[in-house]
Amino acid sequence: MSETSSKESTVKPQRSDEGSPVSTPALEAEHLSRAVVGKVITNNISVQVHVGEILAVVGPSGSGKSSFLRLLNRLDEPTNGVVRLRGQDYRELVPEELRRRVGMVMQSAYLFPGTVAENIKYGPSQQGSSLPVEQIAALLQRVGLSGYQKRDVSNLSGGEAQRVSIARTLANAPEVLLLDEPTSALDEESAREVEDLLLDIIRERQMTCVIVTHNNAQAGRLADRTMIIEDGKPVAVGPTSEVLKNG
Amino acid sequence: MAELLNSLDRNVVLGMAQAAAAIALCFGVVMLCRRFAVHVERETVISLARGLVQMVAVGVVLALLLHGNLLIASLILLAMACAAAVTASRRAPEIKNPLLVCFYAIAAGSSVVIAVLLATKTLTTDLVVLVPVGSMIIANAMNACAQAMERFKADVTDHVGLIETGLALGAEPTATVAPYVQTAVYASLLPRLDMLKSLGFVWIPGVMAGMLVSGASPIYAGIFQFIVVAMILAASGIAGLVATLLMRARVFSTAAQLTLRPGISESQHPRETNLAV
Repeated sequence: MSETSSKESTVKPQRSDEGSPVSTPALEAEHLSRAVVGKVITNNISVQVHVGEILAVVGPSGSGKSSFLRLLNRLDEPTNGVVRLRGQDYRELVPEELRRRVGMVMQSAYLFPGTVAENIKYGPSQQGSSLPVEQIAALLQRVGLSGYQKRDVSNLSGGEAQRVSIARTLANAPEVLLLDEPTSALDEESAREVEDLLLDIIRERQMTCVIVTHNNAQAGRLADRTMIIEDGKPVAVGPTSEVLKNG
Repeated sequence: MAELLNSLDRNVVLGMAQAAAAIALCFGVVMLCRRFAVHVERETVISLARGLVQMVAVGVVLALLLHGNLLIASLILLAMACAAAVTASRRAPEIKNPLLVCFYAIAAGSSVVIAVLLATKTLTTDLVVLVPVGSMIIANAMNACAQAMERFKADVTDHVGLIETGLALGAEPTATVAPYVQTAVYASLLPRLDMLKSLGFVWIPGVMAGMLVSGASPIYAGIFQFIVVAMILAASGIAGLVATLLMRARVFSTAAQLTLRPGISESQHPRETNLAV
């Protein structure tokens, strides 16, 4: 672990808006590990993410970045360690509730067959509530897709599909947003547009965010702090500029 | 024993010669497949050998138990259901307890249908009637079970991204795989629906042919055959549905994580600990 990180890779809260009282972390991983068939994929990661903070997780392909992210909303089960959401052990939460509070945008958009509006409504409808048409329109406007409600998802470009996927996740009003290489499947122009959109939304909603990226420049543009993972282990974590400079 | 000795007449020798001709034709087809790089040699040899030995064994058992009672017939059908479960369970070794899943599905489908056939006196409790018809129902339930499991497994592993997206959006596991439950059950029923549609036009099944040979009324033989095929459809529907629903419960952990993913079997996933009340 590089000198930018603290002992056991636990990072003291270091917000860009230093001076405000430090509260309970929005999301906290403590000694988080996962092994499958004896192979360690994620190895003893401890990190805190505070409200409104963006943490980037970078590292080479196959280093365990996405595997770490999947542990944070319990899509996979850790073999050791714990995740806390606002101080509460996430195993105390019903998984469906946890995943509504910790939203995730995946590398591919994975839109459900049907219209854009049906996709946006999906999350709330799983709780038995119906998303008003005005809110659907507002979400689509926010991601730059006004008037797309009735479009069939099979007719969308890659960039448009990813924007729908972002709006669909936001429809659940999550407290924490997990982004798994959200622009890596897009062309350069679309990737930059989606990245700008994400940054705007995260900042305006003061969302807590963990973004996995293999692109250090993207981490530099987006993240307050960055954690480097190699072979499943955290090797550096701290303010993005310092971590990337040393890394 | 007298029944067994009576059955060892020259017809058996003739039958074995006819079986040899059938096997020779199958080998011809295998050779043809081989020319197109479709290699089913080993599986065909094993299947033919097993089929022949099993059918001769069934003949011997039936000859010995020709006048057995309902209890003996039930035990034979139970043994057949177990064997069917072993065969079908090979389709989904990745899930937890595939043998139990298959046995429950096949037993549910065939027992309901056989009970209805007995209750309506469509079947008598005579072993020589109950076992052959029951075996047809069990065999079709087995096929439906295997087809449903295979289709469900294929659909789930092909749509891992969509299923996990649904889970990540807070959906219940059952909601995320609902379309694949439908297609799996439909896939298991489709061959039986086609069979029912083509009844009489494309094929006249063996039961009817046997009844006609033994002098039964052709119209009753036709109705009886329809009942048997309709019951096969019912048994297949129940077996396919039960197999799919039991499998659905096994492809997710109690923490609503998809455990059936390409390259990872259910047993390789870490156990989860839920603290939620």
